[in-house]
Amino acid sequence: MAHFTKATSVKDWLDQRLAIVKVEKVMASEYWIPKNINFLWAMGMILAVTFSLLLVSGIFLLMYYQPNIDTAFYSVNYTIMREVDFGWLWRHVHGVAASVIFLIMYIHMFTGIYYGSYKKGREMIWLSGMLLFVTFSAEAFSGYMLPWGQMSYWAGMVITNLFAGGSLHADGLVEWIRGDYVPAQAFLSRFFMLHVILLPLAIMGLIGLHFAALRIPHVNNQDGEEIDFEAESKKYLAGDKAGSKVMRFGNDFMSKDMTIVGLYLVFFFYLVFYNYGFAMDPVNFDPADGLKTPAHIYPEWYFLWSYEILRPFSVDVGLIAFGFAQVIFFALPFLDRSPNAVAANRRGLFAIWFWVMLVNMIVLTAMGKLPPEGIYSTIGYVAALLFMAQWLVLPFITKFEKKV
Amino acid sequence: MKNNTRRGFMGKAFGAVAAVGAIGSLVAMKKTWDPLPSVKAAGFTTLDMSVYQENKLAVEKWRGKPIFVLKKTAAMVADQTEIQSVRDIVVDGAHYMVSIGLCTHLGCIPSYNANDKDFLCACHGGKFDYAGEVTKVPPPRGLDIPPFKIEGNTLVLGEKGPEYMKMKETGVTL
Ligand code: HEM
Ligand code: FES
Repeated sequence: MAHFTKATSVKDWLDQRLAIVKVEKVMASEYWIPKNINFLWAMGMILAVTFSLLLVSGIFLLMYYQPNIDTAFYSVNYTIMREVDFGWLWRHVHGVAASVIFLIMYIHMFTGIYYGSYKKGREMIWLSGMLLFVTFSAEAFSGYMLPWGQMSYWAGMVITNLFAGGSLHADGLVEWIRGDYVPAQAFLSRFFMLHVILLPLAIMGLIGLHFAALRIPHVNNQDGEEIDFEAESKKYLAGDKAGSKVMRFGNDFMSKDMTIVGLYLVFFFYLVFYNYGFAMDPVNFDPADGLKTPAHIYPEWYFLWSYEILRPFSVDVGLIAFGFAQVIFFALPFLDRSPNAVAANRRGLFAIWFWVMLVNMIVLTAMGKLPPEGIYSTIGYVAALLFMAQWLVLPFITKFEKKV
Repeated sequence: MKNNTRRGFMGKAFGAVAAVGAIGSLVAMKKTWDPLPSVKAAGFTTLDMSVYQENKLAVEKWRGKPIFVLKKTAAMVADQTEIQSVRDIVVDGAHYMVSIGLCTHLGCIPSYNANDKDFLCACHGGKFDYAGEVTKVPPPRGLDIPPFKIEGNTLVLGEKGPEYMKMKETGVTL
């Protein structure tokens, strides 16, 4: 049986019951981080902080939001925005955070791709990260339905129609997802459920998995060097702090991480107070109307690249291309055949692949926003083909890559 | 040894109970997501066809969806190819294009241009002619025709009359 003694302090009392000293070591002061990393490794922490902002602002929005097709629009645009003291603050924080979290996720992903942090034992980090990306996409989409404005309604119509699978005509599946022939009350209620409970729970579970996946391989570093964390941490604990290649997560590394988080938050709240417009679509300030489509339906900026891959093709080819774009990033660790897990600039052809991929996704994003006419259609078409071609050549260019 | 087989049996017995429970809950969850009977029973719409003007698009509503009604001019009827004219609904001698006003691509509402006599879907640039046939992709097929029944000079949407059944059998609409 466990033996308890009279506590000498509050800390000791807790330690006997919860082993807080041990937990602190495992989670913070003896969790080791390489020294050779840069500000791009702070993106994960920024994501965690932004997710907390979404949770807190969401909880306050829930106090007044009404998931009913007759009252949803006014509960947001009138009650929350005008009546509730500081209601606008929660809404702007929530909207800006939902948009910015995707920007940071893309930076985080491309950092991972650039430094090869998705292979050599880091596959689970990558896969759990991609699951987070997909779940966040569903979370953003379901949240977008809630104000029940024109864009909510029509984005809901168009995206749920994707599940008909083109020529498969799975209209029954579409109606099952909606709970009606068109987006209506059943649709709003179930997307409300997804947005406020099911998907956030899934996201929290996945963040746990993502962090767990980081523990054994540890984070990568700028040179892709394989660090012997056992030996380096011994060196550190023996007093050779300068000679060791690693540092403590808490509070040494955290203090640097939080400096960058602080700078980010200044930028974030600048957006919230002075420049929130980009996160609020003007078309969504009209209440939903099932008999009137807005002139242009486009998704939020972070879905534009994959939307543009859907658009230039006939319906079936478009759907296949779109499906391909949605899942192909999962396969990255397996399509990359090279043993090198180092920065892209040292990997020959892969460096070109990386920059073309990054620029092409920006081009696709821009074309997705423009109306599908003339030269824009053509550029979008070529960019979509290039995107797919890049994934097809990836195994070949990496197979013949020289070992560095 | 004896203990092991006993535990093995208990494990399997629990597995069987759990599997039944899991299947049962999946069925319940699937059914809970189904459209409600009240939604499915959502009714029928009757259109009085005598009120429409030629080459002027009217938008009605059936099961929450927009319904296009376009009365064709004599010239429009005469200009039609075989493929276009089989889509006509003829009520009291007049020819109409009646269809679900949702693009067959992803469901936006195309808009009608009475001068060019065609529909443009702004979402992804799809086009349809005045008979509802597709003239520019991505839409994979012409506008869908809702189930209808002709009764005198009215049209009942939601009921399947002989003219509709014929269109369905010959593949004019889905
Ligand atoms: C809300 C979503 C996410 C959160 C909260 C999050 C959090 C984190 C944190 C705290 C780290 C460690 C610090 C760092 O290297 O930045 C990390 C690392 C990593 N994440 Fe994420 N992440 C998220 C989404 C993603 C996504 C979408 C991907 C891409 C598929 C991804 C892939 C990775 C990879 C490959 C690493 C390892 C980086 C390295 O070893 O250097 N994460 N994540
Ligand atoms: S919804 Fe009409 S072209 Fe895509």
